[in-house]
Amino acid sequence: MIKTLAKQIKQFKRASIVTPLFMILEVFCEMAIPYLMASIVDDGINKGNLNHIYNIAGGMVVVALVSLFAGAMGGKFGARASAGFAHNLREAMFYRIQKFSFKEIDKYSTAGLVTRLTTDVTNIQNAYQMILRMLVRSPMSLIAAMVMAFFLNARIALIYLAAVFVLAIILVTIMLLAMKHFRVLFEKYDKMNESVQENVASIRVVKSFVREEYEKKKFNTASNNIYKLAVAAEKVLSFNNPAMVLTTNACILLISWFGAHLVVSNELTTGDLLALLSYCMNILISLMLLSMVFVMITMSSASAKRVAEVLEQESSIVNPENPLMEVKDGSITFKNVSFKYYDDADTYVLNGVDLSIKSGETIGIVGGTGVGKSTFVNLISRFYDVNTGEVIVGGANVKDYDLEVLRNNVSMVLQKNELFTGTIFENLRWGDENATDEECINACKIAQADEFINNFPEGYNTKIEQGGTNVSGGQKQRLCIARALLKKPKILILDDSTSAVDTSTDRKIREGLKNDRPDMTKIIIAQRISSVKEADRIIVIEDDKVTAFATHDELLKINETYASLYEAQTSGGGDFDEAKLNSKGGEE
Amino acid sequence: MAQPKQVKMGQRGRGPMPKIEHPFRILKRIFGYTFRWYWIHWIFVVICVFASTFSSVQGTMFMKTLIDDYIIPLTEQSSPDYLPLLYAILRVAGFYLIGVVAAFAQARLLMYITQGTLRNLRDELFNKMESLPVRYFDTHAHGDIMSVYTNDIDTLRQMISQSLPMLLSSVVTVVSVLVSMIVLNWLLTLITISMVFVMLFCTAKLSAASGKNFAIQQRSLGSVNGYIEEIMTGQKVVKSFCYEDKAMEEFIKRNDELYVSADKANTFANILMPINAQLGNLSYVLCAIVGGAFAIKGIGSFTLGALASFLTFNKQFAHPINQISMQLNAIMVGLAGGQRIFDLLDQVPETDEGYVTLVNAKMVDGKLTECEERTGMWAWKHFHKADGTTTYVELKGDVEFHDVDFEYEEGHPVLHDIDLYATPGQKIAFVGSTGAGKTTITNLINRFYDIADGKIRYDGININKIKKDDLRHSLGIVLQDTHLFSMSVKENIRYGKLDATDEEVYAAAKLANADAFIKHLPQGYDTILEGDGANLSQGQRQLLAIARAAIADPPVLILDEATSSIDTHTESLVQKGMDKLMKGRTTFVIAHRLSTVKNSDCIIVLEKGRIIERGNHDQLIEKKGRYYHLYTGNTAQS
Repeated sequence: MIKTLAKQIKQFKRASIVTPLFMILEVFCEMAIPYLMASIVDDGINKGNLNHIYNIAGGMVVVALVSLFAGAMGGKFGARASAGFAHNLREAMFYRIQKFSFKEIDKYSTAGLVTRLTTDVTNIQNAYQMILRMLVRSPMSLIAAMVMAFFLNARIALIYLAAVFVLAIILVTIMLLAMKHFRVLFEKYDKMNESVQENVASIRVVKSFVREEYEKKKFNTASNNIYKLAVAAEKVLSFNNPAMVLTTNACILLISWFGAHLVVSNELTTGDLLALLSYCMNILISLMLLSMVFVMITMSSASAKRVAEVLEQESSIVNPENPLMEVKDGSITFKNVSFKYYDDADTYVLNGVDLSIKSGETIGIVGGTGVGKSTFVNLISRFYDVNTGEVIVGGANVKDYDLEVLRNNVSMVLQKNELFTGTIFENLRWGDENATDEECINACKIAQADEFINNFPEGYNTKIEQGGTNVSGGQKQRLCIARALLKKPKILILDDSTSAVDTSTDRKIREGLKNDRPDMTKIIIAQRISSVKEADRIIVIEDDKVTAFATHDELLKINETYASLYEAQTSGGGDFDEAKLNSKGGEE
Repeated sequence: MAQPKQVKMGQRGRGPMPKIEHPFRILKRIFGYTFRWYWIHWIFVVICVFASTFSSVQGTMFMKTLIDDYIIPLTEQSSPDYLPLLYAILRVAGFYLIGVVAAFAQARLLMYITQGTLRNLRDELFNKMESLPVRYFDTHAHGDIMSVYTNDIDTLRQMISQSLPMLLSSVVTVVSVLVSMIVLNWLLTLITISMVFVMLFCTAKLSAASGKNFAIQQRSLGSVNGYIEEIMTGQKVVKSFCYEDKAMEEFIKRNDELYVSADKANTFANILMPINAQLGNLSYVLCAIVGGAFAIKGIGSFTLGALASFLTFNKQFAHPINQISMQLNAIMVGLAGGQRIFDLLDQVPETDEGYVTLVNAKMVDGKLTECEERTGMWAWKHFHKADGTTTYVELKGDVEFHDVDFEYEEGHPVLHDIDLYATPGQKIAFVGSTGAGKTTITNLINRFYDIADGKIRYDGININKIKKDDLRHSLGIVLQDTHLFSMSVKENIRYGKLDATDEEVYAAAKLANADAFIKHLPQGYDTILEGDGANLSQGQRQLLAIARAAIADPPVLILDEATSSIDTHTESLVQKGMDKLMKGRTTFVIAHRLSTVKNSDCIIVLEKGRIIERGNHDQLIEKKGRYYHLYTGNTAQS
């Protein structure tokens, strides 16, 4: 994990090495000051030598200036190294994610990826800065002060050594105990937040079942549990400061006692005694800082693990070595294809699919929810790789194509569609960045989007908000279809892409596609039978299998499921679609 | 302790810090909160702060005594007597012990104050939130509400547990150290103070520069995070359009900008510390020179021991002043958090002037009377203020709308002149395009929103007179977007009726045809749902929501697109259950599927907030109006 992350330091290696060096220089300067002060006391004040005082004081000013320089440089390079490291981590992860296949995107989920790219990187950035500036500095400071103490008086230095030992044990014990508590606490904390989130999202459910009191009680219990856990954790931590104060004070008193004896017996000067007291503080404060750095590193280690996970994730789908750069036509063949999303899953989502689609055909796909309709089409553009069998497009296995070539020729309008911040024109040109205005408008006409776009005050230059929130569901779907058309693909796949479009517009889109792009293979997944009825052939998927593949009329005769679906939808009529989409209801 | 996991925020968290209005009022209020519950604790905290400061000042003063009164005299004695020194040390040890005890007590007390205050605030926040009208949730980003619980509470935690006590002890330390210094030597004190002013000046200058750069950094961080969110959300689209390289390009541009601004902002912040530290050292050196000279010449009876003590004070003086300037920043952040917390706490809760309540009832001698036990029969208990009588009306599920107008925002009416009659047991369907006002009508029946004009009567009683809780108890609702909770399947169904037995739960699940799939879940009815039921398909979640409504057994049902995500085949299964469920109940159905709507007693076609057609299926087909067009899909829509 550390190796993976360290690789991303790259051009900031120099800054990363220089920072601790400057910090060490700062430590040395800091150590010099009590020593010089001792000299002022012993050789200056005690001997009544003012000149000596001025000389040494001059030296102290120089040391302070060097220390200032070292500290400032350490700060500067520390900032650069950590900001740069974060920059590289983000970039490397983003790059890695762009190479992911759908399988990996599913694995990490959108929210998971966003957290890794934002919060986790920030955590690592802070920890890294801490490591560069403090992780070297604190032990150095501790060791240097200890060495100075031994140099001044070994016997008193032994007291420090003992104190460090005792305090270290206390601090480590406290940290370990507290971490254990905090881990449980964080978990509960997440749970509680999750429950708040649920209440915010489901407030209508809560209110319509009149469960406010019930939820309050539930929350108050959870909140009180958090209180108890937090108190338990902090109870341990509350020993931290007293332990520190106790050790420091004990040291000072012991030094005072033994120091006085030593001074009296002329084994120690008064100045050295004062210097020793300063070093005592240095040592114990370094120890305290060190323990804090460790806590911070432990806390960010979870972030580091998550980031490293993404960086180490190999994409399961990569370009072949000598890729085919052209898709001959829009024909599709499935040869005994089986597929499951997780290798360790027991059952297949699709099992032994065998079928052939001719170039230019219009194919409908129907089936219940979760039977693998979307999976079926995802295999055509190789968003996932099959487990067994072959998917052949334009006469060649999809695995032999250059991925970009394949996906530019197999254009898919996904079920969960997204528009991006930018004008309508800019969004459309995702399909073809060199498309002229006429081409864009033409595609929109086919997708029945031209009319409503022209009704916008700024027409095609209307800005789409993030997530496409300023267009309705049906409008969004039509824009996405137009965008897909601009790729001029050999195969167009509409995965339930007109569900929010009313029946007659839906029909017009299908007619437009038929007349304008006769050679393009069209695959339409739909809930509505009316959307696929006129297709050349219709695939019926049930459970994990293709159970029928024929024309509408034939299916009515041979396939019971299809016939009953058709019966259910026509005897009940079509449906009033506009309404379906919009989970929130347009009126809000 | 850091926040365990940052919950995703709305846009708000990204921009530069907002301006805080009335910072003192907020500070006062935060104090008020902690004092209200913990004023005794606070008194002891103050005592502890004084005790530990006193102890540390005594300890530092001891240096002077040690050198001047013991070590130097001892060196001059031929046979040194250490006993007085031992006593002196023991006395200081006593002071130190007080300091340790005070430090410990302070940590403990603050722990109770902080955690307790946070718990109480959390509870108050949540209790307030539950009482807010639905409108609040419709008009506030959910991420922002969440962020109050996580980020804002956390900033308050830091402020109460660290900033405030630190501020207090800093002030006490500064004052007591200052007094001690003046006692030792006023001239040296003057030098120390003037150096502190230089320090403060540098801090102010650097903080301003770093603040400006942090604001820039926040902006570029916002731009990078926004882009990350957008691209990650649309990652599959990016892939299907082979847009990876372009996304990368744009990302690199924004990421580079962030690096430059983060580098600058952090550099300024990092330099501040060494500058102040070395200014402190300079002050130390200056005092050493002047003090040394004094000690040698014996000016103002200044001794070596006094110098040693003074130099320690010199360090102790600069430290809290740096602390204060650092804490001020944390306090500003805390106040901003406090402001958002109080904003939520100050929201006006849902009002309820209803006084008609729902009670168990039974027939006694042909007369409806209230009773304690559950009879399955319900009555509205209506107290008439005018004549002081109480009447009982049986709960039947009769709903009427009279000339109802409604607007979500002033000046944007969404419903006009709605007239509606639903007699008990009838099934009323609403159809029409998105935004026609179908969901709004149902929102009015259960009073998620209150009507602007007109009247809604329930069993002949104006619904404004009915207590909201009782009104909602009598209505069963299955909403457009299903929300489930992170608990077991069984508990989720039981949500509709908390005291339901297991058998009742199974029966409700069977009614909704959910029983079959539940049995196939790993732990059956005890399977824990995660993240709003993410481990279930949309259709399965809707079946659970239907079961949840079924178990409540209400006289009136509202089904808002309850079956939209169930495929036609499954729907027919659910439909059977629903038909059973709807039997004998007044039902309002919103649906886009004709099969759901067709057998309704009355179908109401809405357009732009108005009822344009009504009647049963056959009548409407006959009419060849809007419904006919929707139904056949033949003619272009108007």
